Amino acid sequence: MTATADSHAGGEVGQARLRKEDARLIAGRTRWTDNMSLPGMMHMAILRSPLAHARINRIDASEARSMSGVEAVVTGADVADDQGSLPCAWPITEDMKSPNAPSLAVDEVNFAGEAVAVVVARSAAEAHDALEAIDVDYEDLPVVLDMSSAMTEGSDLVHPDLGTNASATWVFDSAEAGTGGSADEALAGAEVTIHRTFRQQRLIPAFMEPRSILVDPTGEQTTMWSATQVPHILRLMLAMTTGVDEHKIRVIAPDVGGGFGGKLQVTPEEVITFLVARKLGKPVKYTESRSESFTSAHHGRDQIQKLSLAADRNGTVTGLKVELLADMGAYLRLVTPGVPILGAFMFNAIYKIPAYHFSCTNVFTNKVPTDAYRGAGRPEATFAIERMMDELAAELGMDPLEVRERNWIKHDEFPYTTVSTLTYDSGNYEAATARARELFGYDALRAEQAERRRRGDTVQLGIGVSTFTEMCGLAPSRVLGALSYGAGGWEHGAVRMLPTGKVEVITGSSPHGQGHETAWSQIVADRLGVGFDDVEVLHGDTQSSHKGLDTYGSRSLTVGAMAVVQAADKVIAKARKIAAHMMECAEGDVEFSGGRFTVRGTDTSTSIQEIALAVFAAHDLPDGVEPSLDSEATFDPENFSFPHGTHLCATEVDTETGRVRLRSYVAVDDVGNVVNPMIVEGQVQGGLAQGIAQALFEEAVYDETGTLTSGTLADYLVPSAADLPSFTTDRTETPSTTNALGVKGVGEAGTIASTPAVVNSVVDAVRHMGVRDIEMPCTPMRVWRAIHGGAQ
Amino acid sequence: MIPAAFDYEAPNTIDEAVRALAEADDEVKILAGGQSLLPVLRMRLAAPAKLIDLGRIGELQGVRTDGDMLVIGAMTSHYDVQRDPLLNEHAKLLVMATDTVADPQVRHRGTFGGSLAHADPAGDLLAPALALDVEMVIAGPRGRRTVPAAEFFVDYFTTAVGEDELLCEIRVPKYTGWHAHYEKFNRVAQAWSIVGVAAAVRPDGHMIAEARVGLTNMASVPVRARGVEQALVGQEATPEAIRAAAEHALDGTSPTADGNADVAYREHLAKVLTSRAVSAAATS
Repeated sequence: MTATADSHAGGEVGQARLRKEDARLIAGRTRWTDNMSLPGMMHMAILRSPLAHARINRIDASEARSMSGVEAVVTGADVADDQGSLPCAWPITEDMKSPNAPSLAVDEVNFAGEAVAVVVARSAAEAHDALEAIDVDYEDLPVVLDMSSAMTEGSDLVHPDLGTNASATWVFDSAEAGTGGSADEALAGAEVTIHRTFRQQRLIPAFMEPRSILVDPTGEQTTMWSATQVPHILRLMLAMTTGVDEHKIRVIAPDVGGGFGGKLQVTPEEVITFLVARKLGKPVKYTESRSESFTSAHHGRDQIQKLSLAADRNGTVTGLKVELLADMGAYLRLVTPGVPILGAFMFNAIYKIPAYHFSCTNVFTNKVPTDAYRGAGRPEATFAIERMMDELAAELGMDPLEVRERNWIKHDEFPYTTVSTLTYDSGNYEAATARARELFGYDALRAEQAERRRRGDTVQLGIGVSTFTEMCGLAPSRVLGALSYGAGGWEHGAVRMLPTGKVEVITGSSPHGQGHETAWSQIVADRLGVGFDDVEVLHGDTQSSHKGLDTYGSRSLTVGAMAVVQAADKVIAKARKIAAHMMECAEGDVEFSGGRFTVRGTDTSTSIQEIALAVFAAHDLPDGVEPSLDSEATFDPENFSFPHGTHLCATEVDTETGRVRLRSYVAVDDVGNVVNPMIVEGQVQGGLAQGIAQALFEEAVYDETGTLTSGTLADYLVPSAADLPSFTTDRTETPSTTNALGVKGVGEAGTIASTPAVVNSVVDAVRHMGVRDIEMPCTPMRVWRAIHGGAQ
Repeated sequence: MIPAAFDYEAPNTIDEAVRALAEADDEVKILAGGQSLLPVLRMRLAAPAKLIDLGRIGELQGVRTDGDMLVIGAMTSHYDVQRDPLLNEHAKLLVMATDTVADPQVRHRGTFGGSLAHADPAGDLLAPALALDVEMVIAGPRGRRTVPAAEFFVDYFTTAVGEDELLCEIRVPKYTGWHAHYEKFNRVAQAWSIVGVAAAVRPDGHMIAEARVGLTNMASVPVRARGVEQALVGQEATPEAIRAAAEHALDGTSPTADGNADVAYREHLAKVLTSRAVSAAATS
């Protein structure tokens, strides 16, 4: 890429360092959970319900129990007293309805794929063989799949004991909150109104490494290795769910092969493996297959979004009303109910919208539970508002960039408090848009588009715009508290100087591919003035990293690295005291730079490594100073960070077949200061691929019986490099003012921005043929039908 | 996932393989490249008692000439088909269709004969084989027999190969000087065809002297578009003439609906893609 802002002053931060962890991750010769084996280890396999909703009348496992190598067969009835209810940490309203959520179904299954029984055997093959010998007598119950019909009077119920399929309704109204006017009044008096309903299809996170769990109960503590994003949350929730004392549980997330939010969960599989291993007193391992992953690991998105936008004739938005139905699936998992609520703060996006109303009703269906998936609520919101801005532009005959500029927050208006209560600290939408426009060749493509339309080309050109922002760095604990979330949003870090001058960094943010080891090393190397290779970053083990809130919501750098920075600063402060003592001067006369403490105005100096050795020896420390050069810190952000950017997408739509070809894609992102531009580039590129996948390719499809028909990677179309163009990426750098690093987070930006850019582009290509919307994913058949009429 | 247990035998010759088939009394499956069979076994959609692996049989490998025919060993990998000079010269259509199969890893393991014997109607090699009038040589306990492609494909995943037989060679007439194109329509690069069209034409100046057209995934078996072929013969290769000929593409088809295409859309695609395949072949 042609970065305009890669300047760095000779330090580590800003350099495109190759990632320390890549050799082992790419070769796979590392500590994936499934690579591990313990003496006497048993293998577990899970029998899953083939039915979406059924009563379990009887389970006959007698034949399975007698099969070769089988150690045990465990059913829900066997663990009914121990398994508790899987946790939901986000009760969004006081009267939210939440069903009991067993890890192993006891007398009812509520989605196809729900765990019904497990076999533990000496080998994985024997465990799978025995699964086939378990006979379950199911009695069909009515299946609820469609959210809209689930909300009608007299609908069949997923959980009859709750008396409704609605879990909760969450409302925000700017008139009531005092942050703006009434959206209904704005709509009633508007010169122009736009009404649209969009469908956020259900997606499957499709992380590369399937989930895998190994539990060793043979010790004072029970140790669990799990391919999880959240080892710290998992430990706490295991204790709270099963009643086993927290200090008797150790959780390790070894190297983890991706997650995208899909491993931000406390899963039935983890609880079952934990209970079964403890019951047997033997180590037990479970690794899911891809098909199991698709039918049991949580899904993402799945909303129906009804939007009404009010504007005046010159394109100024005067109000926005958003009504959502959000599919919870069969149960509320860890943050299921809160995901659509995160979107509530993002529908107003980068715009100054004077009146805003948001309501969301969470609905139960007999499907896999939904939960966080890369962006979690924010892609859904961004998609809808960016589609609406294009629709407004089309309605008024204006250029979509012009409509956006008329409404967005100008760079000299920051900090800006939005109608949905957030305060954006910084941003420069003008700069990012100008750069994107230039790289894209916007005017030339508009001219080509007009020419193709004029001559009736069978291949039409579309231009899609997405100017987005997002809230990153989850999160200020007080904000989470106000939203009824069950935990805070701080992060922990520690820095330990070893006697030889090497450094151990401990972070509570548990990576699953992001490159923490590299980025944290760069930051600490600069801070302490030590070598990049002299820093080791430890993570993902509740024994070494005893405190943390883990990795999601683009929080690692903005929150996790900030904790490490603060710990490093405490180490420096302590070392300064010792340096002054060693050099026999006042502490105020000691300067620290490049790893050396110098007596101001002299050439007397000592290095931080020399101090580390002196502290180890502890022969001559100042009074009251402990012999340790370690420190820890916990950072709780004051505010979110707000990355933004302008993405432009050109597509060619074959009007004879409906096929969409991505012709070019420009992404100009502003993620604040950049620690490692190569890592940022990787996040942007991967995020684009994932967001484009929602626009064009991926969809979790259920048939009328509640069977997932997109249950394999042959049916659930994850695009590869062969399906994507070379992206043109660039950055503007407007530092965040909410953290000392000036960083904003980049993990979700590409995913959030790209979906509307692509769909806007496809609609733009065929708008002159009467098309106003195309449901995602924009498959060739859907596009062709939109052009040529007929039911979609 | 882990397949159910099965017996495994890897004969060294075709005769040994035929004997092994005859001796197997339980359900037996032939393992060629395994790119379709192994996923089925791992998902436990099938649990054969025995697999007979053809991977060690040298005489099933490679491409040779036999008079005015080419002979492709059934176990020749897609990768080898793509790079074979004889096929590139005399049967380019097979090479072009093979280029579109899955991804490089699959093309190294998967085999030409395995694809034909598997007879997935969405497989890309069936329609070209049918269009080019190849012959299948089948070995069994009563010796060898030759079946024309038109009689080889019987139904979904069903061919003329008997339970005690195996496909050992594919004999391909030489189409020297013909122009070819395989037009594959799918949603992502590695997916099966929603519809595919195989076209080969023998040009004579500006005229089309002969044409061969086959359709992928427009019925339970590949479909020979004879109506299109006949309409093309003797025509100048103009867009109008080709489009008119492509209107016959649906003769003999009976497409089904799936998540990617309903019947009407599939039929529409078949005509559009036939026109494009023939145009590309004629102008190549």
